[in-house]
Amino acid sequence: MTDLRKVNIDGAELEVPGDYTLMQACEQAGAEIPRFCYHERLSVAGNCRMCLVEWVGAPKPQASCALQIKDLRPNRDGSCANILTNSPTVKKAREGVMEFLLINHPLDCPICDQGGECDLQDQAMGYGRVGSRFDMNKRAVDDKYMGPLVATVMTRCIQCTRCVRFITEVAGVSEIGLASRGEDAEITTYLEKSLTSEMSGNIIDLCPVGALTSKPYAFNARPWELEPTESIDVMDAVGSNIRIDSRGGRVLRIVPVINDDINEEWISDKTRFVWDGLGRQRLDRPYVRKNGQLVPVSWDEALAVVAGKLGGDPESIAAIAGDLACTESMKALNDLMDGLGVKSIDCRQDGAPLGETVVGGGRQEYLMNTTIAGIEQADALLIVGSNVRHEAPLVNARIRKTWIHKDLEIGMVGVPYDLTYDYGHLGETAAELETLLKSTKGFARKLKSAKNPMILIGQGALARKDGAKILRLCGKVADKFGMVREGWNGWNVLHTAAARVAGLDMGFVPGKGGRDLAGILAGAKDGSVKTIYNLGADEIAEDLFGEAFVIYQGSHGDRGAHRADVILPGAAYTEKDALWVNTEGRVQMGFAAVPPKGDAKTDWKIIRALSELCKRTLPYDDIEALRKKLFADHPTFAGLNYAPGANMGAEGAADFAPAKLGAAGKPLKAPLKSGVGDFYFTNPVARASRVMAQCSQECGGNASLSEVRT
Amino acid sequence: MTRIKQFIKAALFLEFIKAFMLAMKYFFAKKPTINYPFEKGPLSPRFRGEHALRRYPGGEERCIACKLCEAICPAQAIIIEAEPREDGSRRTTRYDIDMTKCIYCGLCQEACPVDAIVEGPNFEYATESREELFYDKDRLLANGDRWESAIAMNWKRDAPFR
Repeated sequence: MTDLRKVNIDGAELEVPGDYTLMQACEQAGAEIPRFCYHERLSVAGNCRMCLVEWVGAPKPQASCALQIKDLRPNRDGSCANILTNSPTVKKAREGVMEFLLINHPLDCPICDQGGECDLQDQAMGYGRVGSRFDMNKRAVDDKYMGPLVATVMTRCIQCTRCVRFITEVAGVSEIGLASRGEDAEITTYLEKSLTSEMSGNIIDLCPVGALTSKPYAFNARPWELEPTESIDVMDAVGSNIRIDSRGGRVLRIVPVINDDINEEWISDKTRFVWDGLGRQRLDRPYVRKNGQLVPVSWDEALAVVAGKLGGDPESIAAIAGDLACTESMKALNDLMDGLGVKSIDCRQDGAPLGETVVGGGRQEYLMNTTIAGIEQADALLIVGSNVRHEAPLVNARIRKTWIHKDLEIGMVGVPYDLTYDYGHLGETAAELETLLKSTKGFARKLKSAKNPMILIGQGALARKDGAKILRLCGKVADKFGMVREGWNGWNVLHTAAARVAGLDMGFVPGKGGRDLAGILAGAKDGSVKTIYNLGADEIAEDLFGEAFVIYQGSHGDRGAHRADVILPGAAYTEKDALWVNTEGRVQMGFAAVPPKGDAKTDWKIIRALSELCKRTLPYDDIEALRKKLFADHPTFAGLNYAPGANMGAEGAADFAPAKLGAAGKPLKAPLKSGVGDFYFTNPVARASRVMAQCSQECGGNASLSEVRT
Repeated sequence: MTRIKQFIKAALFLEFIKAFMLAMKYFFAKKPTINYPFEKGPLSPRFRGEHALRRYPGGEERCIACKLCEAICPAQAIIIEAEPREDGSRRTTRYDIDMTKCIYCGLCQEACPVDAIVEGPNFEYATESREELFYDKDRLLANGDRWESAIAMNWKRDAPFR
């Protein structure tokens, strides 16, 4: 901060950077400035006029959100400008603005879903006049159709244009605009069709009035009845911070919690609206298959059957962990399988070859080392086989933000997707990586001259037969263009499964002589693997399990449960205290908002009970003891809310040799395509949700692109 | 001195006569007791009796599920659940009042923006079981239909003072 300026706010002089707005300076001075159109993460519009303050000597009150400190002229005697935020002029100005805003705003607060958390309601109480002097007709505006997520009551709109700015700037789809002028001005979707953004739900939070509200949550509850629980999202591997609002044991909505390192202030639509899937298709009691039919049984009976099956030859037993498995349950299952001597365990249900060839840096191989916030420091980015927009919408938003505000050169190898920003498409196959290695022109040149280049590898590129070879190629690219060096680590693997990094961190991968996923499934086919413990892996086609006896533990009746011979009902992510590790390697703690459904139990407790029946009792009786053991065995889990890549290079970027990862060889000719087929159907919770199904139909999802492993 | 006064009162039966006169006064006075339930006393238009949910003259229920009554109820006797009706309007799917919890403070009718929940003039709803005092939406709407004319009259009489 070089350019510090003096300003006098409410009689107290302070020094602030010259490029601060007056509003920021006033807030630093402790003054409260009401606002509607201004939002920290959007561009300044200056059209609501609620933030007026008095600049002593100026003829009119000033909009503080749009005036920079450096534009303030000092007084004639040379003293710094005097700003008043509480003078009679300001009070009168605010009352006037408020009265104008309320001229056309209907008084329908009792039927408005925003009631109780409405900026207009609060500020009318705080800064408005007692009554209105307007006795003519109010205007009415037709409601617009914005798809299955956003309900509109456009008469309530005060034209702050926050939604327009969000959709154009952050979401990048330009599908909302302000049409006409003056009294006829209205927010419109132009074509009366659904918003195609995967982040459109955020405009509900942004809307300061009740013009845009949540359709699935419509009229369900009032904000004062809800019980908030801050937790972590598991729809993707970003680990967005969320607040789960529940009432009477039912999740009623999910909203974002600000975390500048991860999701800023946004969450994806899947994160926000998946909650109706938490009440459908739930497994609420144990089942055992008898004569080809799944029959409800007691916990004792189900666990006895499972214990019997796990008693066999450890060579013929295998365990697979799915995408939504929490750290605690994986740890418990890992320990149980260790105790039984089972070596065939795998947490990579898509088969990506990560976590095997640990070279030098260890964890760095499979993490997003640059970190999400670190993307803003990058100046060149190579995306390999990923539809970032659907695999991690918030990472994509961060890339778009950097692309808008800084010079970020983006290149892409793989099937091209609409990512909301321009990129140079290098080609569809992995062979383009080899070409890139040899090339000195075009994107190779940009990468070479970049100060902080980074590579972002999607699971689509790795979860294939030649995944290890592609990993090696990517490593060579990273090596050649100096992406990994002291002080900067541009090696990024973008995960899509919330459980994956935790699984890799604790070594939930085949032990010496154990089978990996492909081996387990091959074994199931030829009969050498007889029992498979499936901890919520639902993306594997049912017939691949062959004749094996499948024990399914999970929360939803999805593919895994259909194929299961025993079902042990577990808790969904809103129903358990759990640790989650995101794609950056950041460990975060989620909390239970509601109790598990029916007879379902917290997952690690099921495994703990099972271990007793298997005569391999796990050495923990409560979650603290489990975590203590977890931290002792794998110290990386002990550092909460901390991304290892955040202090770039501090954790041995210099020892990390990406060029040695994977395996040498020529990759296949098949194009690199994203692992996520339909954004709205990536996990069992989303597949159970009716809202997600509607979205998939209307908002450009593609249900025919199934992500089932076949 | 007091002893002399007491002696005179006792000798002349003064206290006896005074009490007798009082009894005679009320013997001939107008009787305040009424022959309930055949006769009833007057009720203020502000009387807070049994709850009712009103309808508009066209038959549409007034309640819009804003939940302000639920929020203000100091006894937490009201439970409301709502969802969009088929025509998209905001309506309750459940409106329960636990009459055993209710303290008849009248805050629910003060909070109601559409005069839907009211405490009507009825006070004769004693029941034989506790369960009968857990009112649901149907019961409250039926109350509204039954008492509408009386409630509307009371509302009108009280209007000048509101």
